[in-house]
Amino acid sequence: MEGIIYKIVFYLFAVLTVGSALVVVTSRNIVHSAFALLFTFFGVAGLYVFLSADFLAATQVLIYVGGILVLILFGVMLTRKVFDVKIFSGAGQVFPAAVGVAVIFFLLATVIVKTPWHLVGERAMEPTTAEIGKLLMTDFLLPFEVASVVLLAALVGAVILIRKEVRPPKVD
Amino acid sequence: MLNEYLPILILFIINIAFAVGIIIFSHFLGPRKSSAEKLSPYESGVPPVGDTRIRFSVKFYLIAMLFIVFDIEVVFMYPWAVIFKKLGLFGFVEMFVFIGILLIGYVYVWKKGALKWE
Amino acid sequence: MIIGLEHYLFISAILFSLGLFGVLTRRNAVSILMGIELILNAANLNFVAFSRFVTIGISGQLFAVFVIILAAAEAAVALAIILALYQNIKSVSVDEADAMKG
Repeated sequence: MEGIIYKIVFYLFAVLTVGSALVVVTSRNIVHSAFALLFTFFGVAGLYVFLSADFLAATQVLIYVGGILVLILFGVMLTRKVFDVKIFSGAGQVFPAAVGVAVIFFLLATVIVKTPWHLVGERAMEPTTAEIGKLLMTDFLLPFEVASVVLLAALVGAVILIRKEVRPPKVD
Repeated sequence: MLNEYLPILILFIINIAFAVGIIIFSHFLGPRKSSAEKLSPYESGVPPVGDTRIRFSVKFYLIAMLFIVFDIEVVFMYPWAVIFKKLGLFGFVEMFVFIGILLIGYVYVWKKGALKWE
Repeated sequence: MIIGLEHYLFISAILFSLGLFGVLTRRNAVSILMGIELILNAANLNFVAFSRFVTIGISGQLFAVFVIILAAAEAAVALAIILALYQNIKSVSVDEADAMKG
């Protein structure tokens, strides 16, 4: 019984993730795209929980949903003129792109199905936060400190890029 | 196993059911009588002037970006805090190097005047 | 059928393909950024799935944490560039940003 519920909830999250991702790339309204992206991020966070990555699920919600999505929404709102930008390219570009992406997807699917994966046995789900903290402070110390330098560079770069006020376009 | 997440799942389901339910109920139960007065943006106020889609200042973006940087800092601090007692002084120094580097960025933004709100 | 590695890899492959499709077909720079975020999420899902099913430790999760951090930095700078572009050409359509075309 419990196994069935497990599967139902898993597929629910899988459908949520994939379905909302589909809306992200096909919606004609960019605000709808941005909000569909919210559900994709949530769906991926749910899948992380199934993968016993509890800390990562919380990080996904905090940084992606709480941070990156807010930035993207600001980007949308700061650059939107009233109903003007056609967000799709012409149909001449959609068709080759669809064919190319379909080919890549079938390639990936073949690889996934054909490869004999070396699986390790099923492990119990356990909290990962302490383990992540330990790795972060020992094996991954250098990437951890470099991450702060990257963030510093991003901060300084972004401030330099947009220090001037964005003025509304002139109506003439 | 996953049983610990059951309350969160139930909370999600209740939230969604509540939100959808409220919309459906208000759609079916609420009386709909509209008049020109009622549909105006401010029923008894000053009529709005100009476009509603006014674009707001780029300063909001800067603040959001500062937020995301320190959001990440807090995310890193959480697993650090969980094992802080085991790490001792070394872990303390490591984290303060991390925070120190980010503080340079904060001071830079401050000195640049990007935080001024005029 | 037990939910195993392949399920996650398939979800990740679909996410990646959709993200790539978005990047290729969209014109609005912000939409392209959303496609890139989808691709990064697909990569992260792969890291975490492999870390659960194929390897012993959880270093895959650490990789995913760093990818999320870099995605945040990337989004911040990319949007700043898009805002600067908007400031200069009053548009965020990547087709119109062709000032360097000969």
